[in-house]
Amino acid sequence: MRKVVIPIGPQHPALKEPESFSVTLAGERIMAFSARLGYNHRGIEKACEARTYLQDIYLIERICGICSHTHATCFAQAVEEIAGLETPRRALYIRSIIGELERIHSHLLWLGVAGHEVGFDTLLMYTWRDREVVMDILAELTGNRVNYGMNVIGGVKRDLSPEHIEHILKAMDILEERTKYYIQVAKEETTLIQRLSGVGMLSREDALSLGAVGPTARASNVARDTRRDDPYAAYAELDFKIVTDDHNDVYGRTLVRMGELMESYRLIRTALKNIPDGPIAIKSPRKIPAGEAFSRYEAPRGEDVHYVKANGTDKPERVKVRAPTLANIQTVAKMLEDRQLADLPIVIAAIDPCFSCTDRLITVKDLNKRSPHIVKWEELRLHGIEWHRSNGIDFSKLNKKFAQEAIRCY
Amino acid sequence: MIRPGKMVKQVLESLFKKPATSQYPFKKSAMPDRYRGKIIFHPELCIGCKMCVRDCPSNAITINKVGDKKFEAEFNLAKCIYCAQCVDSCMKKALESTKEFELAVLDKKKLKVIFGADIKEDVKK
Ligand code: SF4
Ligand code: SF4
Repeated sequence: MRKVVIPIGPQHPALKEPESFSVTLAGERIMAFSARLGYNHRGIEKACEARTYLQDIYLIERICGICSHTHATCFAQAVEEIAGLETPRRALYIRSIIGELERIHSHLLWLGVAGHEVGFDTLLMYTWRDREVVMDILAELTGNRVNYGMNVIGGVKRDLSPEHIEHILKAMDILEERTKYYIQVAKEETTLIQRLSGVGMLSREDALSLGAVGPTARASNVARDTRRDDPYAAYAELDFKIVTDDHNDVYGRTLVRMGELMESYRLIRTALKNIPDGPIAIKSPRKIPAGEAFSRYEAPRGEDVHYVKANGTDKPERVKVRAPTLANIQTVAKMLEDRQLADLPIVIAAIDPCFSCTDRLITVKDLNKRSPHIVKWEELRLHGIEWHRSNGIDFSKLNKKFAQEAIRCY
Repeated sequence: MIRPGKMVKQVLESLFKKPATSQYPFKKSAMPDRYRGKIIFHPELCIGCKMCVRDCPSNAITINKVGDKKFEAEFNLAKCIYCAQCVDSCMKKALESTKEFELAVLDKKKLKVIFGADIKEDVKK
């Protein structure tokens, strides 16, 4: 059969983020799959170097709207390690609690998206309605539904009051009951089981060799979890189970996330019971002594990694972020081998991708030249202007006008 | 299998339950107590230390001296990310977060808000 290569994206009605996939098909069968990142690079790492540590927390927090606490905590941990700050225990507990609330919100959101991708929109409506319970709690604790602004270097900004604790416990009861219902649906609803079983297979060996993280790895029976492997915040003092599954497919990933929801409810309850009294933050210096640190955090989607290098000033010299999707994206090509095109949306959705967080800086190579060389920014710009001019659009006048305006602004 | 009888129960329950959605903008939901909305400035408390300007992650505030120990604050509401860092940084509690969140306007100029302008007039007089 003749092979057809179809591009999906970077602009596509089914994609919420600009991302480019190229799928080689023989009929309906996927022969090859490749993903190209880099359409949404925001230069956050570079921007961090121009701002103080205090301002960076807010910038880092905006890497992702769903894992905002993840990134801010991960960054704060690295800076605290460099500065040798002893974060108060109460602050560590609060960080864990917010982190778990965030996991609940992310997993419920994922469940809805997964339902939507397989045409089970009732599940989307149900889970997103229930997700409001945890969103309201997050808004009550932190003031915002996303980008909580909870972290500072050396602790957290806002404390938990007894009323808050009471509200969280009540919300956990509601959500636990709802999650039990979803688990029942996932275990008994035959259409859902048949739609998800055997789709996006990833064996344990492949998960290990491709370096999968988070629920994607755990659904392939790899018991890998940063919260246990390299405990941070208060996790060393809390008892929890790592949920794994051996289905190795999208169905397994669904079960893992639901199991993790139940674990998170338990974790939050124990954390609230054991939360120590005391201060919630210590004063941190504005200037962080020279040094470097590497910090890990188990985001809802998998392991998140931050590297920070300090040079003794109030601004970092280098910040490097690796969001969990970058570790998981390689597995998608493996999962799609010899599958039907109709499975593509749910297989991609099953790793819970977040492409804006993943995007790295790319270099463009001019492959037409005999020895490929890195195309410089200015060259690329001139190429763009030339290309438009050859297509009958002349930007040169407009460019001049913009340049003059830019000078006037400064 | 989920038995149809169970579904009937769910359907009947949903018939009498309050809808999960609300009729915004006719019915506004209450903002949480810790909500960080539009910032307001109390010029009488400000000492002009400019800590807020230094800590603001998005360069949304400028503090201008308008008279002897009198300052006005200029906020760019479009730049502000409503993180309330300025409120935390201000030792004199001259800044305050409000629960106001409907800040969309059609005229861009309205996004620049100057507080303490009345004092400026006093100085001129
Ligand atoms: S930090 Fe407070 S006192 Fe200082 S300039 Fe800003 S508003 Fe005024
Ligand atoms: S709320 Fe944040 S962004 Fe807005 S003015 Fe204050 S510090 Fe700046």
